Amino acid sequence: MPETLLYTPLHERHVELGARMVPFAGWEMPVQYQGVIAEHRAVRTDGGVFDVSHMGELEVEGPRALELLQATLSNDLDRLEPGEAQYTLLTNEDGGIVDDLIAYRVGECSYLLVVNAGNRAVDYAWLKEREIPGSDVRDVSDDCALLAVQGPRAIERLGLPPARPFTFSETSLDGVEVMVNRTGYTGEDGCELLCMSEDAVRLWDAVLERGVVPCGLGARDTLRLEVCYPLHGNDIGPDTDAISAGLGWACALDKEFEGVETLRRVKAEGPERRLVAFVMKDKAIPRHAMPIEGGGEVTSGSHSPMLDIGIGMGYVPSAMAQPETELTIDVRGRPRRARVVKKPIYKRED
Amino acid sequence: MAAAESYPADLKYHSEHDWARVEGDEATLGITWFAVDALGELVHFEPPEAGSSVTKDQSYGEVESVKAVSDLIAPLSGEVLEVNERVIDAPETVNDDPYGEGWLIRIRLAEPSEREGLLDVEAYRKVLAQT
Repeated sequence: MPETLLYTPLHERHVELGARMVPFAGWEMPVQYQGVIAEHRAVRTDGGVFDVSHMGELEVEGPRALELLQATLSNDLDRLEPGEAQYTLLTNEDGGIVDDLIAYRVGECSYLLVVNAGNRAVDYAWLKEREIPGSDVRDVSDDCALLAVQGPRAIERLGLPPARPFTFSETSLDGVEVMVNRTGYTGEDGCELLCMSEDAVRLWDAVLERGVVPCGLGARDTLRLEVCYPLHGNDIGPDTDAISAGLGWACALDKEFEGVETLRRVKAEGPERRLVAFVMKDKAIPRHAMPIEGGGEVTSGSHSPMLDIGIGMGYVPSAMAQPETELTIDVRGRPRRARVVKKPIYKRED
Repeated sequence: MAAAESYPADLKYHSEHDWARVEGDEATLGITWFAVDALGELVHFEPPEAGSSVTKDQSYGEVESVKAVSDLIAPLSGEVLEVNERVIDAPETVNDDPYGEGWLIRIRLAEPSEREGLLDVEAYRKVLAQT
């Protein structure tokens, strides 16, 4: 970990708003403003904005950019037209997950990868090492700021036209040039706005003026957990494979990429353990690394603001992965019962 | 609504941000505004059982916010007479009223002389100033 924490271009804004700042992946980031639960509910019912400028942006360009990415990423980029994006995994030779990311096809021969903050350097080095003549990988993270505007009213508040999920377009929002990506990490409608670092404050102010609520990383974590989006470093990592993690849908096993043989074998034989979602039956809050009786472990756990109970995800032997299976979690020495549920844990009733 | 910062003068304090309201040979225990503010909105209270013993300076239970778990440190030793069921059902009561409705447990003192070792409000404010 670097000793000096990095600041996003919006750091001063967060401090002015009274955010509680915490270290995260080498950055000093807002964990909450008014409170995690209020921010969480704002995103589920209306609209919230997260500064996610700590995330990394890598550009991959050139006539053989597609070839490089097809050999390193799990999903099939051939399916993308310019203006479309997909969730995908950077895999190692054992089928482990180096990172999970979103790949955007910007042009015929040009791609943008938005990667986890903590993996930016690893991902860049990984791709750079595998570069082939005719492909060029560049880390443009320092030039970019990223705001996630999420919630059922987010798009309406921003005055943006409707668009399909996982598409993007360039536009101007209150005078700021932005790339509007219809992606997110909350399970809600919304977008992620990519702009130049020097425009970040103007864009942030414009978003807040439209009545969108500033939200911190605390709510980002509870929102993604309710809809069972994995967090790299917690639920998935270099030692876990995509099939066991339930991310087989993001792996095109009919193409060749690093680790594909392992993934084909795991899929054919069936994984020994699976990443499941669960809700607590007893009053308790599961947390990362708590043991699950029978050989499992909690990878993410928290309190669900929408369901008002403890929820989590964790790996369990495949025999225990069926919905309705009762689990016993060791909560600091106390056995507490949970129930496996189908993903996502939370879904709006409408 | 979360309560505003306050430290009542009629309470005794422990440097781990717990308070005690001593009445005869009984005491009501809770956590201070400082502790509540540091934790954020509480979502879980893991209480001791009624009838069990708590020991001064040791953990008698836990409170949790979305992001954090915190041990509850007993400012005094004694037997648990009552646990605040309202806080078990609605932990945010502690955020709203940490010294009133948000009390945590009531104990019968095992060593009434222990109270001499607790901090008064001025001494506790000095602890906060150094935190």
